[in-house]
Amino acid sequence: MRHIPRTLWVGGTIVTAICILAVLGPWIAPFDPDAFAVRSRLEPPSATHWFGTDEFGRDVFSRVLAGAHHSLLMGFGATLISLVIGVPLGLIAAFRRGWTEETIMRGVDLMISIPPVLLGLLILAVSDPGLFKTILAVGLVYVPIMTRVSRAVALDLLAEDFVEAARARGEGGYHILVREILPNAWPPLIVETALRITFAILLGSALSFLGLGPQPPDSEWGLMIAESRPFISEAPWIGLAPGLCLCLLLIAVNVVGEGLRDLLDPRLRGRGHG
Amino acid sequence: MTGFLVRRFASVVFVLWAMTVVVFAIVHVLPGSVAHMILGEYATNEAIADLELRLGLNDPLYLQYWRWFTGLLQGDFGNSLTMDRPAAPLILEALGRSAILASISIVLVAIIGIGLGIHSATHVGSWSDRALTLMQYFFIAVPEFFWCILVIIFFAVWLGWLPATGYSPIAEAGLLGWAKHLILPVSTLVLGLIAHVSRLVRSSMLEAIESRYVLAARAKGLPERLVLRRHALPNALLPAITVLAVDVGILMGGIVVVESVFAFPGLGRMLIYAIENQDIPLMMGGMIVITAVYAIANLVADILYAVLNPRIRVSGSAG
Repeated sequence: MRHIPRTLWVGGTIVTAICILAVLGPWIAPFDPDAFAVRSRLEPPSATHWFGTDEFGRDVFSRVLAGAHHSLLMGFGATLISLVIGVPLGLIAAFRRGWTEETIMRGVDLMISIPPVLLGLLILAVSDPGLFKTILAVGLVYVPIMTRVSRAVALDLLAEDFVEAARARGEGGYHILVREILPNAWPPLIVETALRITFAILLGSALSFLGLGPQPPDSEWGLMIAESRPFISEAPWIGLAPGLCLCLLLIAVNVVGEGLRDLLDPRLRGRGHG
Repeated sequence: MTGFLVRRFASVVFVLWAMTVVVFAIVHVLPGSVAHMILGEYATNEAIADLELRLGLNDPLYLQYWRWFTGLLQGDFGNSLTMDRPAAPLILEALGRSAILASISIVLVAIIGIGLGIHSATHVGSWSDRALTLMQYFFIAVPEFFWCILVIIFFAVWLGWLPATGYSPIAEAGLLGWAKHLILPVSTLVLGLIAHVSRLVRSSMLEAIESRYVLAARAKGLPERLVLRRHALPNALLPAITVLAVDVGILMGGIVVVESVFAFPGLGRMLIYAIENQDIPLMMGGMIVITAVYAIANLVADILYAVLNPRIRVSGSAG
């Protein structure tokens, strides 16, 4: 096993901690995240209300805790969707060549020629918003990138001797793709996936912020920040608390992604974003 | 070169045409009646039937598409449903204001991003390089909408230096008033992108510095500054063009967010308005225009790359 860099440990610990808090949220939250308390509106952070209270007197700390799983679901769920759709498409494109590849890759080119946020908006614009639709939209936005990466990886691998050997044994296409290519393609794919999660969380929370994600009274972080805007001068903590948590999560996930890249695939150094 | 230009231009035309199909399909083929969406859930059946007749929604889809598409070609984007005015002038006007934001931002990103990247690469391991690297981690990961909130709290609410929202044209507010409204939106737009560009320039510059042609130039006895400027820099900047083109796409997403936070009357805010109010013609037109701008930006980047590339001769060892 190669030496695991310290940044990977730190990032991994933070991400794990946030995941645990998100799961335990309902049990450790000091207050009901949706309970109104009109007498304690817009209270600054204190010993009772760690992150203060919002315009309805709801405890911001409990809401941030309750919202954590949304951001995590968006990041991991959307990336999983793009992986599940994109990787098979990329592998098939690499293996079949000809018009199959041409069709898939032209579709990919087309989707990539729409800026990500706008593609997300376009998918969400015509239906009622909700958490799972946002996850699906974000996942679809990143399908073409996954397809491109997995096609490139598979094309490299298809030229290898062990694929030639499998062909000579008379193995079918399915066997070659699933048993020969896929097991060898995982390091770059894991790196791409890990880097993608940051952007999925970013895009998902931006769409929520714009009102196209989970709806009130849900406590998604992007939505909470959007809702805090009218109270920005009297009660900045309503927006700062979820915002800082989101930043912490994003930085940690990004550090993990880049740590994994340096560990598994040093050639990709310096790439990312988008 | 001509062949390349023709091919590249044809692909832009294809992408734009395909976009009209995609946008139309998503709006019309997805479940749910457009008239229902516009009128809301309490609409009577007569009202829906009446609107469907007025918008020609009962015609076959290909006919509706053809009407919309031929309209687009003639610069007719249909009528905005909520404002009851032709959508095209509205979109153009908003595009003009967004273009101000976008062009100032991309110029700043190019100059500052490339500058910082070169500085980092030529001072590897120095405290300024390390500080920049650390800041890049931070700036790339912080969402634009949260930056908006932070700068509004700091500069508009606490310090009161700059207006938190809105826009005023030069003609009304003068140069200073105009600029004041641009500072916060532009700065939130560029922070993440500068981090992105400077990081890429740093790594491609480092790669160039370690290359054989730079070693050869040094061996010739050229002064270090000349080696960097004449041999390393041109090769390092080529990837920056591609990155800047990608960043135009990210910038457009950012503009949607930033404009709606700062209530800046540009195309991004108009798009969100159109989606919120189910103003379908405005939304479709806005989407097409934004894709067109992005496609043209990418075309320009590709042409620049092709023009600069043969003269510079990229080193044979890629990666």
